[in-house]
Amino acid sequence: MTAYILRRVLYAIPILIGVNLITFLLFFVVNSPDDMARMHLGQKRVTTEAIEGWKAEHGYDRPLVYNPAAPGLASLTDTIFFQKSVKLFAFQFGSSDDGRDIGYDISQRMWPSLAIAVPVLILGLAFNISYALFIVFFRATYIDIGSVVLLVGMLSVSSLFYIIGGQFVLSKVFHLVPISGYDQGLDAWKFLILPVIVGVVGGIGSGTRWYRTLFLEEIAKDYVRTARAKGLGERFVLFRHVLRNALIPILTGVVVVLPLLFMGSLITESFFGIPGLGSYTIDAISNQDFAIVRSMVFLGAVLYILGLILTDISYTLVDPRVRLQ
Amino acid sequence: MPLIPVVLWTDALVFVLLALGGAFALYASRHEHLRDPWRRVVRSRVGVATLVVLMAYALVGFLDTVHLRLKQGPQPGVEETRYAPEVLSLLDLALGGLRERQEKTYSAPFATHLYVKEAIDQPDGRVVRDYPRLLHAGAHLQDPQRQRGLDIAWRTLVGLVEGLIAWILLCFGIFWLLARRWGVALSEVRRRVLAGETHVPWRTALGALGVVILLGFVAGELAREYHILGTDKVGEDVFYQTLKSIRTGLLIGTLTTLVMLPAAILLGIAAGYFRGWVDDLIQYLYTTLNSIPGVLLIAAVILMLQVYMSNHADAFESLVERADLRLLFLCLILGVTSWTGLCRLLRGEALKLREIDYVQAAQSLGVGHFTVIARHILPNVMHIVLITLVLDFSGLVLAEAVLSYVNIGVDPTMNSWGNMINSARLELARDPVVWWSLAAAFLFMFTLVLAANLFADVVRDAFDPRLRQAGA
Repeated sequence: MTAYILRRVLYAIPILIGVNLITFLLFFVVNSPDDMARMHLGQKRVTTEAIEGWKAEHGYDRPLVYNPAAPGLASLTDTIFFQKSVKLFAFQFGSSDDGRDIGYDISQRMWPSLAIAVPVLILGLAFNISYALFIVFFRATYIDIGSVVLLVGMLSVSSLFYIIGGQFVLSKVFHLVPISGYDQGLDAWKFLILPVIVGVVGGIGSGTRWYRTLFLEEIAKDYVRTARAKGLGERFVLFRHVLRNALIPILTGVVVVLPLLFMGSLITESFFGIPGLGSYTIDAISNQDFAIVRSMVFLGAVLYILGLILTDISYTLVDPRVRLQ
Repeated sequence: MPLIPVVLWTDALVFVLLALGGAFALYASRHEHLRDPWRRVVRSRVGVATLVVLMAYALVGFLDTVHLRLKQGPQPGVEETRYAPEVLSLLDLALGGLRERQEKTYSAPFATHLYVKEAIDQPDGRVVRDYPRLLHAGAHLQDPQRQRGLDIAWRTLVGLVEGLIAWILLCFGIFWLLARRWGVALSEVRRRVLAGETHVPWRTALGALGVVILLGFVAGELAREYHILGTDKVGEDVFYQTLKSIRTGLLIGTLTTLVMLPAAILLGIAAGYFRGWVDDLIQYLYTTLNSIPGVLLIAAVILMLQVYMSNHADAFESLVERADLRLLFLCLILGVTSWTGLCRLLRGEALKLREIDYVQAAQSLGVGHFTVIARHILPNVMHIVLITLVLDFSGLVLAEAVLSYVNIGVDPTMNSWGNMINSARLELARDPVVWWSLAAAFLFMFTLVLAANLFADVVRDAFDPRLRQAGA
């Protein structure tokens, strides 16, 4: 097992190097640091001194990949590539373009993100699976047809409208919960209700439909027919056999997104004013803070790969047929 | 010439897409195995009804894609003919004055007065704060309070009658064509269609067509004198905006898949067919791209594009051209983030196909790799390509709205549902609420995405060989 995990982790390294190179190319080669400086200082009539000053202040005043002026090994390390890109591997994100420590910001902001993403995931999962089982229990009746129509309708609505609608109905019309905002500690709960509800409702359409297909596929298999032939009741078949076997793809589908929960949701957080990593990224995009966007790209890739590794491991844990080589 | 055509980059790509689609349709109509699944699609009631809706959207989008510049009126001292700098589309011309009928600011749907009070000079010299009359809505009414309801009802009726006439004429045209094709009398065709005894559900198709035509005529008749969906903050007609947004939505949904197809097909099949180091390399490539969260990659690329565009502002002739290039880039980068799924599917399928007897036979007879792929592999994976293409469409239309909200979508000057939602979002906090921009964007987007989703399900059921066998 340890050897298997180790091999998977080693396999991730070239991918991360690839991601790192892509971000480096995007942020420093397609546009030079001079372009970035000009962008931040205003377009025209920017003096060369101002540009040099901005670059020096933010540490962009080095050569891209090779510094002939520096002695020895420093000719490779005292470069933008090493200082800004390679250091990401050690999770040294450096400071943002307005001078804040990105690593510290991330460690502070991931908690509000998790406070929304985790309840949404758990409640959504519970609701979608129960609803899908309910539909499958009444399959090929009007309940089934009506539900499928409802689900397709729900998944045709843009996520933006769920947020706007939720804010409008629950906060503006009925004044049940605050429209947006956040509070430290446990007082945050009343700010979290609305985003969580919106997150769960917005996911019903695609989630339940997917689980319904999954259950229906499972129900068509031979072992289910055998179970019925033995005289087992429909409820017993559904919960003891179908649900258990369908849990394997469901579980692995969940595991792959677990690490990404840290990243939060871009849209939800910025709509509800929650100081998580999602709104952090959005703010960085609108302030054109390249250092933060670069860090988040890398962090996102790391978490995604972590999710893939966890998925493979969870496969081997829940499905005895899968063997490690 | 009274006008010169203007072809933007995305326009050109749409024409390429249409040409490809036409060529494929021609090819498919001559091959029974390709015609069969399409026949299944048009024999399903949901299939034809959604097809009619999608076609209506496509027509509006196409009219909005043919761009031109009008000739300017004669000016003193200018000999040669000059063309107006403004780029218009056929849709702008077809909608007549809808584009130019600007008010000062918000007005509700069918309103005759502005939404906010203003100081108005009375004829007797006094100044009163009141809601001023709109410039272009209900301006022909003497007493809007009393006459408006009747006027709207009358115009709706006129629109209905016009639409009904157009629909009946169209129905008779189709009946006549069917009668010639089936070799039966016109009355027999009518009986069969009304009784629902045709293979292709013409009753459903014509019914859906009737609804679309009636709605179109009523809206057109009312839009002549009213802002049927109100006006936005700067007084622009919301109905006009949402019609213009159709093109943006359709382009994102179709061009994205068009630009990603060559790479996905080529790399996916190559990886599965050649295996070995080619497979490793291609798998590495798509895993790497896939591991960057899509939104962040798009954000990074669009940010870089913004930097480039603001530093090279002279390179673009007009705002329209700049917005168009940004749209094209958005399609490209959305394509980069979405090709990996299709590529993986195709790789898996090619892995299976290369072991099948006829491929092995062709190889042992000395047929070249290129020919084997073109003749044996490619035709057998096309159904996967088609299903992915149709399934992805609705997701891309929805993605546009979200990306525009985050300011990494289409250019802010371009009409799109995302931009409409974005600018109308804050107005929900007003009292009374300004709801019509959101409602308009919701209505048009929901109809398109719902139709696309339902159509995609029908296409998938018709093309997926697994489901086909289960159904047969």
